[in-house]
Amino acid sequence: MTSNSTNVIAALADVEVDYPRGPALGPISLSIAPGDTVALVGPSGCGKSTALRLLAGLEAPTRGRINRAAGRGETAVVFQAPTLAPWLSARANVALPLELAGTPRAQARTRADAALARVGLAGAEAARPAQLSGGMAMRVALARALVTDPKLLLLDEPFAALDEITRRTLADDVLALWAGSRPAIIFVTHNVEEAVYMAARVIVMGRGPGRIVADIAVPGVLPRPAQFRLSTGFRETAEAVSTALAQGIAA
Amino acid sequence: MSRLAPLILLALILGAWEAACRALQVPAYFLPPPSAVAVALSENLPGLATAAWRTLSTALIALVLASLVAQALALTTALSPLLDRAIRPLASIVQVTPVVAIAPLVLIWAGLDHPERALVTLAVLVAFFPIFSGATAGLRSADPDLERLFALYSATRWQRVLRLRLPSAVPFLLEGHKVGAGLALIGAVVAEFGAGSGGVSGLAWQILDAGNKLQTARMIAALVVLGAMGVAVHAALEAVERAGLKWWRGR
Repeated sequence: MTSNSTNVIAALADVEVDYPRGPALGPISLSIAPGDTVALVGPSGCGKSTALRLLAGLEAPTRGRINRAAGRGETAVVFQAPTLAPWLSARANVALPLELAGTPRAQARTRADAALARVGLAGAEAARPAQLSGGMAMRVALARALVTDPKLLLLDEPFAALDEITRRTLADDVLALWAGSRPAIIFVTHNVEEAVYMAARVIVMGRGPGRIVADIAVPGVLPRPAQFRLSTGFRETAEAVSTALAQGIAA
Repeated sequence: MSRLAPLILLALILGAWEAACRALQVPAYFLPPPSAVAVALSENLPGLATAAWRTLSTALIALVLASLVAQALALTTALSPLLDRAIRPLASIVQVTPVVAIAPLVLIWAGLDHPERALVTLAVLVAFFPIFSGATAGLRSADPDLERLFALYSATRWQRVLRLRLPSAVPFLLEGHKVGAGLALIGAVVAEFGAGSGGVSGLAWQILDAGNKLQTARMIAALVVLGAMGVAVHAALEAVERAGLKWWRGR
């Protein structure tokens, strides 16, 4: 598998991670195709976030190989908290990745305004993070991730701190944004329904050390209609994910 | 009402003090009544104001110098772990050594012709540490996920320092300067005492001189000026810190 292979955007091959207190992850192998939407679910401490950081290139494996077709500038990460710089406006926060890469300020800010408009925050460009609600701050973080037009978008429990309604709205927004430029999306979640609703593929992980228990394909084509949550396919897939999850915890 | 409470208490204390002095016929060199202090204050006001300005300007010059040195050193330690290890213990030595104990040495070094240099140096030594420790703590206080984001976008070391660590340090710097300014004022007064009558004429000299001449009312008047100056400096710094935080956070 070469790093510029067209059918793989990022892959882990027999990857293991050891922490000082012992083995944390693997060996696991995992391959993500361009435009894929993948949910990583599993109990706490199963190495979901570690897998995500490996795919982002933010952490190096103890053993094994990582292939990344998406370069550094083509990868974006959204963390559990919005992680915005409080001293910068929403616009300047979103423009930051571009400015760090050397894009002239005026151009970076124009593109930032466009990205904010895409996440429904037109008019909030000058607001500081402290003036935004949790959901709005998360949208700014999403705009910051999208502004570089990434090929690989990694989300680490991005909606965990939000209320249920905001959560669902943001899930739909992410899917709508995905439908635009079709980046590969990998997101970590504790929520089985969210995983099945948003992903084409749900990877269930188990503990001790972190490993892949099941790799479940979700029926239907993305982006899905809202009624998908009521369909038999949705319920059956959610059931399969829950069963695999229980196995991963029991084992 | 609660705002008036301290003023009412002060009026009661002054009233009791005045009455006791008159009733018990306390000698004026031992404890002059508040009315005598007020007279001494108004009679000596030009001299006291000049002295207060000298002490205050010593403290302000010291604050500026301490701020420059402390921030430069803190930035150096942030850029080089080796220098951090080298500098930190020495900075602690400066912190734990009482300024009164260093005063005679610094006076010798500065020379009899330039006692004001010795005063500034001593006040710098006192004001240095809170600014230095605030700056070093602040430069390390950046959100770890923001650090990861800067890594993801391949930020250079200078971009990290200028666009992430320095702005993150602002609240710590404001706090450090507030504490440092208060200490600079105390340091200036203590240094004046250490210098004795060696050609300096700040508020401490006024207190010593009045004491030598048994002009107790003038002595207390100088203390009142010193207290008022301390309160004013503190209030000004609180206002600066509040305005600074508002600017930093955007609200």
